[in-house]
Amino acid sequence: MNELLIVKILSSIILQSAPLMIAVTGETITERAGVVNLSLDGKMLLAAMTGFAVAYTTDSVYLGFLAAALIGALFALIVAFGSITLKLNQVAIGFVLTLLGSSLSAFLGQNFTRLPGPSVGKFSIPYLKDLPVLGPMFFDQNAIFYFAVLVVLAAWWWLFRTQPGLYLRGAGERPEAAFARGAGVNRLRYFYTLLGGALVGVAGAAYSLGIKIGWSENHTAGLGWIALAIVIFGGWSPIRGAIGAILFGATKALATVFQQNVAGVSVQTFNALPWVLMIVVLLLVSSDWVVRAAAWLPPRLRGPFLRLVQVAPPRALGVEFKQD
Amino acid sequence: MHVELQNIRKHFGSVKANDGISLTFEPGRIYGLLGENGAGKSTLMKILAGFQPADSGHILLDGQPAHFANPAAALRAGIGMVYQDPLDFPPFTVLENFLLGKDRRLALDFRAASAELKHLMGRYGFEIDPQANIQSLSLGERQQLELVRLLAGGGRLLILDEPTTGISAEQKDALFASMRHMARQEDRTLILVSHKLDEVQELCDHAYVLRAGGFAGEHPLPCDNNLLVEKMFGQVPRRSPRPALPLETNLLELQQVTVRTPRLTLQNINLTIRAGEVFGLAGLEGNGQELLMQAIAGLAPIASGRLLLAGRDITRHAYHQTLADGVAYIAAGRLEEGLVAGLSLTEHIILSAPRVKQTFFIRWEGARRVTAERIQAYEVVGTPQSNADQLSGGNQQRLLFAMLNPDLKLALLNQPTRGLDVRSADYIWETLYRRRAEGAAILFISPDLDEVIERSDRIAVFSGGQMSRIVKASQTSAEELGHLIGGRQ
Amino acid sequence: MTLKSFLQRLWPIMPTIASLAFIAALLLAFGADPRTALEAVWQGAFGSQDRILSTVAFWVPLTFCAIGLMLTFTAGLWNIGIEGQMILGALGASWAALTFKDQPAWVLIPLEILAAMMAGALWAAISAILKTHGKVHEIFSGLALTNLAIILTNYLISGPWQPPEGGSFRGTAPFATAALLPRYAESRFSPLSLVLLTLAFIAAAILLGNTTWGLKLKALGRNPRSAFLLGVSSNRETLTAMLLCGAMAGLGGAVRVLSWFDSLRQSISGGIGFLALLVVMLAAYRILWVPFVAFFFSAVLQGSITLQLRTQLHSSLGGILTGVLVLFTLLFGDLNNLKRLRKSARNE
Repeated sequence: MNELLIVKILSSIILQSAPLMIAVTGETITERAGVVNLSLDGKMLLAAMTGFAVAYTTDSVYLGFLAAALIGALFALIVAFGSITLKLNQVAIGFVLTLLGSSLSAFLGQNFTRLPGPSVGKFSIPYLKDLPVLGPMFFDQNAIFYFAVLVVLAAWWWLFRTQPGLYLRGAGERPEAAFARGAGVNRLRYFYTLLGGALVGVAGAAYSLGIKIGWSENHTAGLGWIALAIVIFGGWSPIRGAIGAILFGATKALATVFQQNVAGVSVQTFNALPWVLMIVVLLLVSSDWVVRAAAWLPPRLRGPFLRLVQVAPPRALGVEFKQD
Repeated sequence: MHVELQNIRKHFGSVKANDGISLTFEPGRIYGLLGENGAGKSTLMKILAGFQPADSGHILLDGQPAHFANPAAALRAGIGMVYQDPLDFPPFTVLENFLLGKDRRLALDFRAASAELKHLMGRYGFEIDPQANIQSLSLGERQQLELVRLLAGGGRLLILDEPTTGISAEQKDALFASMRHMARQEDRTLILVSHKLDEVQELCDHAYVLRAGGFAGEHPLPCDNNLLVEKMFGQVPRRSPRPALPLETNLLELQQVTVRTPRLTLQNINLTIRAGEVFGLAGLEGNGQELLMQAIAGLAPIASGRLLLAGRDITRHAYHQTLADGVAYIAAGRLEEGLVAGLSLTEHIILSAPRVKQTFFIRWEGARRVTAERIQAYEVVGTPQSNADQLSGGNQQRLLFAMLNPDLKLALLNQPTRGLDVRSADYIWETLYRRRAEGAAILFISPDLDEVIERSDRIAVFSGGQMSRIVKASQTSAEELGHLIGGRQ
Repeated sequence: MTLKSFLQRLWPIMPTIASLAFIAALLLAFGADPRTALEAVWQGAFGSQDRILSTVAFWVPLTFCAIGLMLTFTAGLWNIGIEGQMILGALGASWAALTFKDQPAWVLIPLEILAAMMAGALWAAISAILKTHGKVHEIFSGLALTNLAIILTNYLISGPWQPPEGGSFRGTAPFATAALLPRYAESRFSPLSLVLLTLAFIAAAILLGNTTWGLKLKALGRNPRSAFLLGVSSNRETLTAMLLCGAMAGLGGAVRVLSWFDSLRQSISGGIGFLALLVVMLAAYRILWVPFVAFFFSAVLQGSITLQLRTQLHSSLGGILTGVLVLFTLLFGDLNNLKRLRKSARNE
């Protein structure tokens, strides 16, 4: 493998992970406010289909993204209504919507399968793109990549550097305390569930309009579930979540590359990688084994190691807020 | 700011938490709000601070009626409250917590906030690192932070709900000094909600006393403690003669038992309880009595020392083993801890049977018959088919006692008569006396000092993880226990 | 008053009406006549003896899974991994069919069924242990394990178990006749599978309703803290519930390879595991309703295949109908509760 190939692989990894980065950020925002929206997988499928179909019909990728965002927000509205207003089981609603989104995408998209259509193009940044290695990787990329980076950074800034971000996190950590500081907790939760849903919708369209262009049944299947796992792995932080997304993007890109270049190893081994990785990272961030293993480390390293590995969900995640 | 509460009423179902209370607060003064648990202090203060609306009545600020949609609105009007468990955000940094809700600007200005925080803390002699995580702070520091936050938000009247529970003596002194400063130098109004008489005497200018949801009297301070005790508890009820029972065999022995949790440590506890004895534990919530009970039940690990039940070492027994050893534990929350909503009374009785007596296939007929007998014996209003969540609170409590097995050795009861009317409470105790006569020992926690004195043979009081000397119920008074609760030996 | 009481009586069937309206609107949007479509679905599900038998043959594994899920739902577990557990069951049965292919049917079939149950239980056990000892939520482990099961199937079909005439991605070579469950009248339905299903149903109903074990599951699912205080060991009950559910799903998988198909295929599960989750939700977690809801779902899905053949409309319409029906039942059912709650709050 020469240097060019490696750069090409890395560049492909980064692009592959862009939709995942957007979806992870969207769900992170929702969960930070205290709501679990489990419908990611179906929502992304339907949004990917809608995004492509609208872009194909109107010949405008922007309208495609807009429609996908609306679909994501609509699904999120159902989840918010069911879990916040009706206080139903969030997992049940999310799961039903997952299956429904998948069936709807197959049905509504039946006339749009395997068609060539509009797509988001490359966007080169002058001068920077000529840098060795870094140039082709980061500055000669699909526009979706820049958008994903923007979304991640903006979400991070909003969460950790603004007053509304404090309220958002407060509503998910300790709603009664957020209420004491003047927050309309359920209103906030509605808003961020919708916003997160819209972002996941955009992520779906980003896939069908920028990564694997077009639509076919089960186009993004599995991606939503992986995104949900990355939200946990990312410790509910957009930046750490983005790193997780790249990690998973890497396994996928590696599978493609090795399939072509390494003989004697079954294709299936590489396809299995993301799922094995999913279980391993979830074990890593939540099991007690890691804490026990950390006891063997020198005391000076123990704290930083555990901070690096272990994560804690927002304390009021999935807990309904009742004002007494 | 002159604050007046007029005829405040708040009912929860049939419970009259506040039944027409009127009080007045003047600037520059420190008030003590006294009363037993359940007297209505917290409810009244939550209404004043905008956490709950009153059913009826008025709040007047400088003569103007005020309505608060939420606590933030109350703070804008100048009223703030520090909870016993401060309403802050544990994973946040001190600075983030300080900033949340402080202003309406979009971007957070950490530097300006840090300077303001340090300035305010300097003024009252507090020292907290703005970069620290809230969860690494002590309870006292979190209270200081809440106080500072309320002051920065423009608080003119500050309410502190049981602030000295679980904080060190130095922190208490610092807190009181800052409270005096706020009242004397800055002309603010301070309200100390407490049932520790000595603290109120030490700090406050004037005491208001509540009892059973109503106003029970007031007095300028300092004054004779007995005057306040009488107002708080009314006439101390005549103790019913306790059925005499020879207490000879040692049933439960704690030898140098140490239990550690991140919040609280019980150090080298020694205690012997005899068969047939009723042993009462008093103290404010979170001072160690619950932890001791959980350690005995096998719900909290014992770090060192020995625990013997009828001579057998059960130090390392986990909860399910202690159940099999003949220990029963009834937690304070009923439907949350102990009963299962949606399961019938019969199903509860089946599950509560000792494991050795459980059969794989359920014999419904027999189980229903046993349940019917138990229901009758414990006067539970319900049928074997009723679901536990359909019962009233009192009947749920009776069900819990009906689930105690016949061959019980030791019953650990956390607030066995919580929220019950007098008749139900009395009934529960009658059934417990029967257990006692059968040789079981009873260890119970109650916030109601009268109940502790009336029902126990002996009593121990917990304060900040320390167990007091053991007193005989027949030779003590609510006043003496009050002293012990306050941490004096 | 009369109108109001009429509406209140109508309320329970509102989800059905709303779902049908939703589907009708979809059909109209695609230029299809809802009446023709309904007819096609009816014909597809019950149009001939063969079709009825197909519907029943689809219903059997679906009900196996749904019965298994009754156990895990009762224990408060979201066993989404049931899809993978069913696939593992299919793999287990196929392994036995290929390994002991020279045995007579009366030896082979019990072996296949045993292997299927054990394989399904194994996949469930991994989820259970990851949950009790690794704090990994069963939804995530279940999903990952389902995908791994699919990948494992593809590997076996294209590798070790590929037909002698060469690797295709479609499936293994057909098993020996002795390996297959005896079928009724050349259909995909095997009466033996119905016998097994009936036994499983009775066993599950007894376990849930008449044993201490079932009672413990119920307590655990409704209030883990109280259940613990009552002496229920959550780890053991979680593990046993998952193991039994996995075994049931494995049986479903065995029926898929040994009666619906005659070999191991790529899409062996056909989404039946996920569908079973919807069945149990719509049955409101009551085991007696499970077979009926499952039968309705089978008819809808079998019918929508005919619908696709006749009208070129995608067969996912069946999936949409079942999905909307469950969604509307969740929402409308509780809207009703909400109104009642408001009313009682006012009266207080």
